[in-house]
Order: sequence, then C-alpha cells, then structure tokens
Amino acid sequence: MTANLVHKPRPGRSLRPAWEEEPTRIGSSLKALVLSLIVLAVLFPLWAILVTSLSSRETISAAGGIVIIPKEFDPAAYTTIFAGGAVTRALWISTLITVIGTAVALTTTVLAAYGLSRPGLIGSRWLLVYFLLPFLIYPPLVPKYLVVTGLGLKDTIWALILPPAISVFNLVVVRGFFQGIPQELMESARLDGASDFRILGKIVLPLSKAVIAVVGLFYAVSYWNVWFDAVLFIDRNDMYPIQRVLQSYLLAGQAPHTSGAAAGVTMPPTEAVKMAVVVVTVAPIVAVYPFIQRQFVKGVLIGAVKG
Amino acid sequence: MSSSEVTAAAEPRPERIQPPVQPAAPRPSAALRRRRVPLRARLRRDWRMLVMITPGFLILLIFSYIPIAGNVIAFQDYNPYVGGNPLEALLHSEWIGFGQFQLLFEDPAFWHAFRNTLAIASFQLVFFFPLPIFLAVMLHNLLSSRLRGFIQTVVYLPHFFSWVLVISFFVAMLGGAGLLAQTMREAGLEPWNVMTNPDTFIILVTGEAIWKDVGWGTIVFLAALSTIDQDLYEAAASDGAGRWRRFWHITLPGLRSVIVLLLILRLGDALSIGFEQFLLQRDAVGRQASEVLDTFVYYFSIATGNYGYGAAAGLFKAAVGLVLILTANKVAHKLGERGIYSKS
Repeated sequence: MTANLVHKPRPGRSLRPAWEEEPTRIGSSLKALVLSLIVLAVLFPLWAILVTSLSSRETISAAGGIVIIPKEFDPAAYTTIFAGGAVTRALWISTLITVIGTAVALTTTVLAAYGLSRPGLIGSRWLLVYFLLPFLIYPPLVPKYLVVTGLGLKDTIWALILPPAISVFNLVVVRGFFQGIPQELMESARLDGASDFRILGKIVLPLSKAVIAVVGLFYAVSYWNVWFDAVLFIDRNDMYPIQRVLQSYLLAGQAPHTSGAAAGVTMPPTEAVKMAVVVVTVAPIVAVYPFIQRQFVKGVLIGAVKG
Repeated sequence: MSSSEVTAAAEPRPERIQPPVQPAAPRPSAALRRRRVPLRARLRRDWRMLVMITPGFLILLIFSYIPIAGNVIAFQDYNPYVGGNPLEALLHSEWIGFGQFQLLFEDPAFWHAFRNTLAIASFQLVFFFPLPIFLAVMLHNLLSSRLRGFIQTVVYLPHFFSWVLVISFFVAMLGGAGLLAQTMREAGLEPWNVMTNPDTFIILVTGEAIWKDVGWGTIVFLAALSTIDQDLYEAAASDGAGRWRRFWHITLPGLRSVIVLLLILRLGDALSIGFEQFLLQRDAVGRQASEVLDTFVYYFSIATGNYGYGAAAGLFKAAVGLVLILTANKVAHKLGERGIYSKS
C-alpha cells in the first residue's frame, strides 16, 4: 500500500519507452540547465556561507564580503562563538528546548494516537473531531498570547515547548500507523490480561520505531526552528533560542526588538562570525536530514491525503 | 486522431491517492459491543485509554480551544489591567459589541495591510503555485532514478530551514553586503540591494517562498503522477499525440483533482501568507510594502497592548479565510471535483 504513494520509478527505468520520441537537443539541454540551476540555487549559498565562515579576515575583505573559493582553513570564528557568549548560551537553550520539547511532544502524541486508534472507545467519534479540528482552525494570536502569559509561562522554556506539544498532523500520521498494526496481536494480549499501557509499551511501540523516529524528528526540527514564539514570549535575552540570536547577528535592524546589545553582542560581529552562526544553526538540520528525507515524504503524503 | 479522442482515452481518471494506512479491518463486533455494554462497564474497560488521551486533550484545550473562545475579546474594550489575570480581565472588561470592528474598518492602516495581503497572495498564486507542477513533471520524466533521487534530496532541504535562516541566506547572497552587491561593485556597477527595496518586495518574498518550498511542493504532484496509467501515454503516442499534446490531455487531467485540492487549501490560507517572513523583513523594507494582516495584528495589538483591536482583526481574517475556503470548495463541487470534504 505504502509503495504506491512514494514516487515510483516508472516501469522500464533508465530506458526510454519505445513509443517515446527522442528528445530534441535543445529540449534536453534546456532541461539540464534548469535542473542544475535549481540544485545550485540550494547548494551554492550553503557552500559560500560555509567557506566564508572558515576564512580569515584578510581573505574576506579581499573578496569584498562573501568568499567562494576557500583559501585557508581558519576556525577562528568558531572559537569565538563557542567561547561562551550569546551564541553558546543560545545553542544550549535551543538544545534543551529541542530535547525536552521532542520528548514531551512525542509522549503526548503517541499516547493520544494509541487511545484514538482503538475501536469502540467511549465517545471516540467526538474525541476524534476534537483532536482534528485544530488542524483547520489556527489558534488566534492575541488570545493565545494572553493565555500563555496568563499562565505565567512568559520567559520560561515552557512557553515555547507546551503550545506546540501536539501537532494534529503528526497525530494523524502516528494514529494511521497504529491502525495498520494487526488487531489480533493486541486482542490476544488483552485476552492474556495485559493492560493497554503494557500493550502500548510491549507490542505497539516496538513495531513503530520507524514512524516514531520520523515524527520525533519532525518535532525536533520545529523546536529547533522556533522563532516567533520566542519573540512573543521570551523577553530576557539570556533565554533566547538560537534563531533569535541568529536574527540579531544577521538581520539586526531588519526585525523587531533587535539591537545588537539586546542579544549581548558588544562589538559588531565580523563577517566570518556571522556566517559561522548561520552554519551552526543550519548544521543540525543538514545533519539529520539525509536519514529522514524519505520518511518525511511519506508522512507528508499521509497528511496531504487525510488533511 | 483528434484531440477529443485523446481526452476520451484519458477520461477514466486515476483514483485519488489512497492513504497508505490499511483501513481498519471490519469489526462487526465493535458495533455490537458498543450497544450492549453499559456505560459503567465501558468506562471500566476504557479508562486507561482515556487517561492516555488526557495530556493531548489538555494541551489542545489550553492552547487551541481556549484561545479560540478567547476571541470574544474582539467584542470588548478589553483592558488587561482590570483583573489579576486575563480571565478576570475578560470578565471585568466592558462589552462594546462591534465597536472594535467599526474602528478597524475605518482604519486606513488595516485596509492597507489587507490590500498588501491580497496582492501578495495573488502574486504568489500566479507565479509560485504552478512551479511545483512543472518541476514535478520534469523530475518524473528523468530517466535516471539516481539523478532524480539526488535532485529531490537537494530541493526538499530548504523546507526544513527556519525563516530566519532563509532570510539570512538571502541577505548573504543578495543583501547590501552580499555576494550580488559585491560582484556588481567589482564590475563597476551601482549595486542594487533587493533586500531593502520596497518596490520589488513582492518579487523578493515570492522568490524566498519559492526557494524554500518549491521542491517540497512537488511531493504531492509526484505521487499523483505515479498513479497515472502509463498505457495512456503509449496509446496516445502511437496515435500520434506529441509531447505537449500528451502533457495537456493526459498529465494535466491526471493531476486535476490534486491541483484543485491544493488550490482550495491555498485559498483558505491566502490571508495567512508567511507571518515570520514578513515580520522579519518589515523593518528592512518598511511598513508600506510589507505590512500584511498578520503583522498588522501583531503590531497593532500585542506590541501596543490594544488586545481587543488585534483580536477583532484576527477574527475578521479567520472569517474571510473560512468564506474563501467554503466558496472554493463549492466551486470545486460544481466542477465535479471532490474538494476537501464531500457533500454527504
């Protein structure tokens, strides 16, 4: 079933079907040009930023700002940002938010998904509507702000962790997977006297490692990327997550509440330091990305179909 | 072969993409059980499951449902200082009916934000929406599956970047101190800084959105493309239909229901275009060009403490979004598509 969702190579891969006409030379070179431009548009900025972050001050000023061809390997920018300033602190805070947030969100999601995947649950129809409706109606900004601040969560990491701790999209993905597990397995365990907690822990979870990993990474990426919630709920600059600090380094004067001083930046950062902050912000995402790309795709399709 | 015959051949459209989830096996016992078992016994049987659901239930209650109910402050002269907490403040604030909306509709800044939102949303609908379809078709027709896999891996990546990162990339490449400006300076030209130019802002934000999500947008279309029967192409080709003919009469009809579905969803979201994206660039290009409804709500309520006013603007936005999505869905039904929900 899953197979027909993921993009399947057409039959006779790497062989042009006999009925298809040979592409014209202009057509195929145009296509190659377009595709390579698209790939370059993604990879080139990553490359240029990485190279600049590892270049010396002289190389950068000789190039005029952004270095494309590496001349040397100068990790000075990284020693600066890891020396314990605003960036180091923000990285710790973002890591904390990501780890705790992912754990909390996964727990909520898996438990709710299991409960909602059981047939015949009391009020299951109403409960399902209750859990799916927020997918269509976004919580409005102003009342949400009042609720979070009213609960006293302002300037704590919980203001960033709790509101997104269950995403309907992820819930639908996990619930769908649980429903695909043969019911006989659970029924027989239940006849043997196992409680639902035991069934979830001993039977369902071991069978669902893949989907849990994917959904966990979904959550992790969104917690790592949190920015606007931090604008709303975090006023203390020693509590800023990394995206907020990146903003104050790169986009100072481009957005609200950002003077360099607010983020603890005393001197204007050098170009290499700026680029190094971009690199450490993007690195965790690029690092986990290859492992999860395929599953992300499956997840999106489930969501797209159900949503 | 005439074109109408080709269409006829393509008529039995491929089924909609099926969810990969096995439909739960029919369980006649469940329905029977439901009726026979009394509530008490069902509670005894199900209480653990209800406990499991509780954390998610509470989170949605507190952070989704209560805020949605909290929209009532749009009808108040909400004063956050009359009580010890927002709830008390809500109870003690004065009800003023549609006063906030009246103010809102008389506020030129609001209409300015509204116009900007509509302009940017339509611009993106025309220049962004079709791109993933073309990219998907191009990828689908690549013969080497390894090359296709590589390109897909690369183009999906920016979807996972935060807006802060995306705009940082754009600043580094196209900003005043960025690569483009530095190249132009070297070439002896007057560098232009697109990041701070309000006149080209609409193009810039569309470009950013394309960079971030054009690859991601292909996923659904690729899945739909792989459900199109290959024999249709072969039959059409042997009847003499050329490349474009086949695209027009087989590929596009095959994608039709997915395109309609995504269009409806896009229309429903039309007023919520890229909040973070606009907030991040508002100061750089100025309010004139970049104020959209979402940033308006933020700046005219939370940033100033005028909560009822912002709630009214938010509620208006949500209502318009609802009307848009329902209208689009109705049109889709008229055209014989399923839309986001069936009529039933």
